[in-house]
Amino acid sequence: MYRYDTIDKEFLADRATEFRGQVARRLAGEITEDQFKPLRLMNGLYLQLHAYMLRIAIPYGSLNPTQLRKLAWIARTYDKGYGHFTTRTNLQFHWIRLADAPDILDHLASVDMHAIQTSGNCIRNTTADPWAGATPEEIDDPRVWSEAIRQWSSLHPEFSFLPRKFKIAITASAKDRTAARVHDIGLAIKRNRQGAMGFEVMVGGGLGATPYVGPTIREFLPAARLVSYLEAILRVYNRLGRRDNRTKARIKILVASLGAEEFGRQVEAEWEAMGPGSDLPDTELARIRAAFAPTAFETLPARSAAFEAAKGSDPAFARFVRNNVKPHKVPGYGIVEVSLKAIGETPGDATAKQMEVIADLGERYGQDDIRVTHEQNLVLPHVKLDDLPTVHAALAAAGLATPNINLISDIIACPGLDYCALANARAIPVAQHIAERFRDQDRAELIGELKIKISGCINACGHHHVGHIGILGVDKKGEEFYQLTLGGSGAEDASVGKVLGPALPANRVAEAIDTMVEVYLAQRQDGERFLDTLRRTGAAPFKEAVYADVH
Amino acid sequence: MPTFIKYEAGRFSLVEDCFTKAADDEDLPRGDVIISLNRFSNDGDRLLGEGRSVGVRLEPHEDAAALAYDLPRIAVVALAFPGYRDGRAYTSARLLRERFGYKGEVRAVGDVLREQAQFMVRCGFDAFEPADGSTPQDWQQAAQRFRHVYQRAADGRTPAFVERKE
Repeated sequence: MYRYDTIDKEFLADRATEFRGQVARRLAGEITEDQFKPLRLMNGLYLQLHAYMLRIAIPYGSLNPTQLRKLAWIARTYDKGYGHFTTRTNLQFHWIRLADAPDILDHLASVDMHAIQTSGNCIRNTTADPWAGATPEEIDDPRVWSEAIRQWSSLHPEFSFLPRKFKIAITASAKDRTAARVHDIGLAIKRNRQGAMGFEVMVGGGLGATPYVGPTIREFLPAARLVSYLEAILRVYNRLGRRDNRTKARIKILVASLGAEEFGRQVEAEWEAMGPGSDLPDTELARIRAAFAPTAFETLPARSAAFEAAKGSDPAFARFVRNNVKPHKVPGYGIVEVSLKAIGETPGDATAKQMEVIADLGERYGQDDIRVTHEQNLVLPHVKLDDLPTVHAALAAAGLATPNINLISDIIACPGLDYCALANARAIPVAQHIAERFRDQDRAELIGELKIKISGCINACGHHHVGHIGILGVDKKGEEFYQLTLGGSGAEDASVGKVLGPALPANRVAEAIDTMVEVYLAQRQDGERFLDTLRRTGAAPFKEAVYADVH
Repeated sequence: MPTFIKYEAGRFSLVEDCFTKAADDEDLPRGDVIISLNRFSNDGDRLLGEGRSVGVRLEPHEDAAALAYDLPRIAVVALAFPGYRDGRAYTSARLLRERFGYKGEVRAVGDVLREQAQFMVRCGFDAFEPADGSTPQDWQQAAQRFRHVYQRAADGRTPAFVERKE
């Protein structure tokens, strides 16, 4: 966890003061809702169907227990006792009163948190690998670079009024857990042949109405030049990105229309002209690196007797370990994924009580470190295998031990028509139906990795394009229908799913998925995931089965 | 005479505007004028030859580089904000200051709001025609709201990463 210094803290305090003044002007009637809108949007405050929604930034998905407890307290004090973790690894409260918003920002600032740039046409929260600092796969800790980007992008004078919102992801492992290729900029940390560290730079990926997998415009950018290169990309985009049509304003449209090569050439020319003035000096990068709280790992045997015994005696624990515990870089430790996808619940929601349980576990057993994933789960990245049975029991008691990471019920869903003014259809109940249908854990494990992602409208906040099975809510004459897409992936093998056929009514969605799962189980060859089988066979057998009884 | 807000040596104040703006389809008034890039390309030399001060208004899509060679003779570059959400003029301002070393006035015109004060000052604007009735005091407050900044920009403010070393 990056520890804020006086400068970082004063920056947040100044922001909270500014917003308090703006809200006071609005409440006093000195400014209209129209004039207030751009101000509140710069502080993550949206007006939704029923109330104000406040989106709180969780920079690169990293939290400490104090912060998570504060979020729980805010949920209880100012909201209805729960919060919603988003695919941008932020936290949303959906039932906020405008008059409370300034106090909430003060409370957040007291624990080094804020809502800056969680909305508006600016550089949003960076996504980083939720296993940062814990996975043996990583080349470097992506949080260091994410923090550099957080600072550089905070109230950037030139890039706060971009054509559209702008999202950056950083992955540091060959296995991409950030969906880097479908971000406006995706950065993959690499080493070149000489062993120097740098970034592969991908630009112009994105979802929404016109999904793109982002092309690479630079194979290797020396790490120290990151900020100036980002500045060059943003400058080209700020100047040339379309502003006449909101749906064509994302950088993906500019990159696609210029072509990746020409776009890259313009970026390189701008970068050359700009020089290294905006790059962070090595001393500052070293300071940021050192400002992350040190982790104190013990020297432990790779094998834990307590852990093995619990696996042998408790099938529920063994199942949890199979699905939710991942290898750690330090012997004797594990990465624990905490699913926020309990069967029948709202994906990504956590109650205040659950937040407190996780905060306590993070403090006692997890080196004060908690992460949020873009798949709307939480992670305790550093847990001793010896402690895992205890941690599991505590999670289970709080309804947080659902053993379904990457399985069919680990569904991404946007808030949909239950909350969002933009949505055409509900997303949450669809996710709940599917999860119910695959409640049988043995069957879910038999099916294996299958990523379902649901969006309530074409803005694709639920990332349906990159679901192995994607579900898009559409409105047909006032009725909710759902269009299925197949074959998407947000991982290192990124691809955009293809529409299967005519949209289905809500009550047929879970059944259609079950039908496709049966096709997969019948067709799969050794070790194939759903996505692998689908890529081998094509969509035809799946389509045939789903629409068989329609004909 | 109309007034506008000028930013000099850290202070915002109200000053009289000695420039007259002339659209392309209007007759040129006497005295100091602000004209479009197009009109400047046609009539700039003549007007400057008459000893007038000449300013050029750049629309957001017009590249500041188009003025690069003329900048030493231009008194004002007025950068247009057709709506506050159109952020292209921020880039133009930085290019004028940082790349082309422009020392004259960079003026924000159009949908200019006090909330943009810090962004504008940081990008090198030093003159403002507010559209929201805001006063120099409002601008002073808005521009000084933040004690720290994280980036290097055209205003020469010390960014956090330098401040930390001091």
